[in-house]
Amino acid sequence: MEYIKNNFDKIVTNYNGKCIVDFYTDWCGPCKLFSKVFEEVEELKKDIKFFKVNTDSNRSTAQKLGIMSIPTIILFENGKEIKRNIGFMSKENLIDFIGD
Amino acid sequence: MYDIIIIGAGPSGLTACIYSCLANKKVLVLEKETYGGQILKTNKVRNYPGFENISGYDFATNLYNQAKNLGPDIKFEEVLRINNGEIKKVITKNNTYEAKAIIIASGSTTRKLPIAGIEKFDGKGISYCATCDGNFYKGKDVAVVGGGNTAIDEALYLSDICNKVYIVYRRKEFSFNSINLEKLKERKNVSFILNSNVVSVNGEDKLESIIAEDVDTKEKTTLEINGLFVAIGSVPVSDICNDIIDTNESGYIKASEDCKTNIDGIFVCGDIREKQVRQLTTACSDGTTASINACKYIATKK
Repeated sequence: MEYIKNNFDKIVTNYNGKCIVDFYTDWCGPCKLFSKVFEEVEELKKDIKFFKVNTDSNRSTAQKLGIMSIPTIILFENGKEIKRNIGFMSKENLIDFIGD
Repeated sequence: MYDIIIIGAGPSGLTACIYSCLANKKVLVLEKETYGGQILKTNKVRNYPGFENISGYDFATNLYNQAKNLGPDIKFEEVLRINNGEIKKVITKNNTYEAKAIIIASGSTTRKLPIAGIEKFDGKGISYCATCDGNFYKGKDVAVVGGGNTAIDEALYLSDICNKVYIVYRRKEFSFNSINLEKLKERKNVSFILNSNVVSVNGEDKLESIIAEDVDTKEKTTLEINGLFVAIGSVPVSDICNDIIDTNESGYIKASEDCKTNIDGIFVCGDIREKQVRQLTTACSDGTTASINACKYIATKK
């Protein structure tokens, strides 16, 4: 799990392949619970990179991506957004969301 | 086979779990999303006896750990249906579980505003959780629609963060008084738009304004806001069982204070039960009653 503190563009936009980003804050209950799911699924999906972005300390990134609700999960492929989900997801749903 | 299957891991389901485990029953808890239920979105819980001030997340986590440490099976699977019989069956996507008794604690979910096209703004200006999303509206203008305790608490929370908070409520006055309502009335950045409904939500890519309409005069007021927080109550999650269990016209499961449904051995507790008051304390109270009566039911079958 890699926490992006800054350089979101450099890290995610230039990422070659699939990556998934969990946008969260420390004070959001559903985010805290989703974090556990995110970590569990990371163990199962070794072929995809998992990132986390704290929207409190990365406000400009959240704004640029139009994130106004958390948790928001965005799947990227070669730096481009493929799809996003707003709100908590179960482990099963997150696995489905990522796909093959 | 389990003694008791509990559907839902919110406060009522987890309370039922604690009581059932302490009664030495073999228990399975099935939850489709995550533990905690609606309390998870609550910023501060200040009305649960024994806790002066605790976050909804901490309360839910403590409760979950307390239940889990008593040894039940807890599985995160969505229940699709329930089959009645001497042995009752609970069917999920991949499994069928059997039990002597079932406790339904599937709770309720937030009610959406009945406005066409509103889902376009989900996560783009419309929110159902002020504690989750409030900070995205720091220094901005927002509105809260609703007039219950949740709406008032959310508005108060937002008034500390936002530039301006409007409260749009369909009645002329609030049906209750509370410390938070009094505090809210004193806030200079809060305006009440009473006797009004939100009839339209507008914007290009994200929410830019709403229209509130007076119930009597039909006069329309446009509010230019960045965020609308919806707190207009909840709807029950009873579709898993409404083919066999009696529900009222709103979908809540019919049962009196004994938490017994129309089917022997199937009990109901928490927000999903037809009742007057839906609070954290009453959810836990229901969980207690449902568990004790489920245990009594199992004893009669031996």
